[in-house]
Amino acid sequence: MKESKEELSGYLRRMMDIRLFEEKVMELLAKNIIKGASHLYAGEEAVAVGACSAIEEDDYITSTHRGHGHCLAKGGKLPEMMAELCGKATGYCKGRGGSMHIADVTKGNLGATGIVASNLPVAVGAALSAKMRKTNQVVLCFFGDGASNNGIFHESLNMAAVWRLPVVFVCENNLYGMSVAAKRCSAVQDMADKAKGYDIPSMICDGMDILDVKETIKKAVERAREGDGPTLVECKTYRYFGHSRSDPRAYRTKEEEKEWRNKCPIKQFSKKLIDNKILTEEEIAQIEKQSEEAVESAEKFAIESPYPDVKELMDDIYAPSPADLLNGGAIR
Amino acid sequence: MREITFKDALVEAMQEEMKRDDNVLVMGEDVAIYGGAYGATKGLYEQFGEERVRDTAISESAIAGAAIGAAITGMRPIAEIMYIDFITQAMDQLVNQAAKMRYMFGGKTTVPMVLRTEGGAGRCIAAHHSQSLEAWIMHVPGLYLVMPSTPYDAKGLLKASIRDDNPVVFIEHKMLYGMKGEVPEKDYIIPLGVADIKKEGSDVTIVAYSRQLHVAMEAAAELEKDNISAEVIDPRTLKPLDLDTILTSVKKTSKLVIVSEGYKTCNVASEIAMLVTEHGFDLLDAPIKRVCGADVPVPMSPVLEDAAIPNKQNVINAVKEVCQ
Ligand SMILES: Cc1ncc(C[n+]2csc(CCOP(=O)(O)OP(=O)(O)O)c2C)c(N)n1
Ligand SMILES: [Mg+2]
Repeated sequence: MKESKEELSGYLRRMMDIRLFEEKVMELLAKNIIKGASHLYAGEEAVAVGACSAIEEDDYITSTHRGHGHCLAKGGKLPEMMAELCGKATGYCKGRGGSMHIADVTKGNLGATGIVASNLPVAVGAALSAKMRKTNQVVLCFFGDGASNNGIFHESLNMAAVWRLPVVFVCENNLYGMSVAAKRCSAVQDMADKAKGYDIPSMICDGMDILDVKETIKKAVERAREGDGPTLVECKTYRYFGHSRSDPRAYRTKEEEKEWRNKCPIKQFSKKLIDNKILTEEEIAQIEKQSEEAVESAEKFAIESPYPDVKELMDDIYAPSPADLLNGGAIR
Repeated sequence: MREITFKDALVEAMQEEMKRDDNVLVMGEDVAIYGGAYGATKGLYEQFGEERVRDTAISESAIAGAAIGAAITGMRPIAEIMYIDFITQAMDQLVNQAAKMRYMFGGKTTVPMVLRTEGGAGRCIAAHHSQSLEAWIMHVPGLYLVMPSTPYDAKGLLKASIRDDNPVVFIEHKMLYGMKGEVPEKDYIIPLGVADIKKEGSDVTIVAYSRQLHVAMEAAAELEKDNISAEVIDPRTLKPLDLDTILTSVKKTSKLVIVSEGYKTCNVASEIAMLVTEHGFDLLDAPIKRVCGADVPVPMSPVLEDAAIPNKQNVINAVKEVCQ
């Protein structure tokens, strides 16, 4: 492995943070401490962490309704995330957005969205902006297999291709969009094939293998930086929990779930690090313990944080306009 | 009479109409195996099979558009858009195709479809899953708009909507699905365009629909203690709107408060208020009051969400102001 021990253990730590965070969220949802909906990323950790390790800090990502993993992988903080999920004033979005609206624009995370596929054109626009501002930044655009059946997906790929924009479309193919299997609602099973219609190159990688994800995304990112335009990377993966908290998962079998549990990205990567004598079991246990502690303290922070002040309900709807552009300003 | 939930009333309505008419079909995201995100199509797939109960891809525009195409060629589709917030993607088909075809084709076609969707706040799921966008629909000539508040109304109105030859947008409030109420076992329909007086009264008229009807009823009960007798009217269908029932009530009470969960600006309530002003200005003894949702993207945090939508106290305050 060409990465340093420090880098590799960093990846492991991130994946564990995501897993333990999501398990904690599940627990807090059951206790109704987190209200509302949360779409959990457990099982897909290698995709976000692998992909984000292939870009620079000032590059952008766009996220989805299943965005906790993306946010953490792009350098997000556990306490602010947990506080946001709990609707607290100290959360990433002051408690206004909750799980489906987390953004951390200072870290290049242009935000999650509750509307499936709606961030694809936003990623295209961010890539256009990077190109026009000549910043050499790229955009990683995450979306699901289900999103690739939405019209906006197709419009976005076409526009990005025509303008040769520095965007990498990262399809997290977890085989289902809510209860509907890709087999039952998508004409093709490799979402990568959908790039053909737009003359965009595509690659498929093992979304349960962080290093495979990283290497594949890296190639796409290099193409983007060279000015060669967009790539579609499909990551084959699986979500471990139900779509949302009330999902009985009647549309998939226990055998299938078990098969994918066996491919656990964290277990696989841990084994690889031990086999290659990069980390010992003790060191891995140590990392896991650090993750556990970090998640515990995020939980504590979130629970102890205050709710937003109701007086702020109407704040931030509009940006302040320069005085002379408003009625009553200097210009009449 | 037996009591069933709002969602079971919807299931029954579709079940009965699918049995009555082979041309009725159901399509939408997660409507088949899952039985609908809120369980409103549960059991239909098992009963009628995948030909007539179709899970679709996440393609709102195609769901609405395909319903239109099927409708103008002999089917009677019921299309489900999981949350009204996603109707944005289906709006072009609804507004530019469904609503306009009959008129623009010289009255030579009909578009007998129902677009069922779910709306409203109350579950802390934030700005993309909590909106009340009915005003957008009411604005457009060519669409009907139905928003029931009880299981009984939901069943009778959905059956009427399925049998109607116009495109009907049928909006269910997410907080009502579990609500129980009396629903007879016999076949019945509630015609579109007929309001229901949910409580008689003499001092003030409150018009409210969907979940806010229940908020208005609670307010009315409390107002009784202060010797204010409120008449509560549920229009049930916002288009066609039963203005006569509202005017008759205002004639009696001379005062009107309208409650809606939608954003206040250009709210359904604004239209109703203007209609009453145009047709019954002389009946009024006080300015009409609106109690509406705040003009803000519905926030997630429970304290903010509560503050963004009308509550019982808001209605009571408005009534007391007009009754002063
Ligand atoms: C436009 C739109 N339609 C439907 C939904 C409801 N919904 C939320 S997530 C989801 C499934 C998304 O599937 P996919 O894109 O594969 O992502 P995954 O959830 O599998 O990560 C659906 C149907 C939505 N949020 N937005
Ligand atoms: Mg999926």
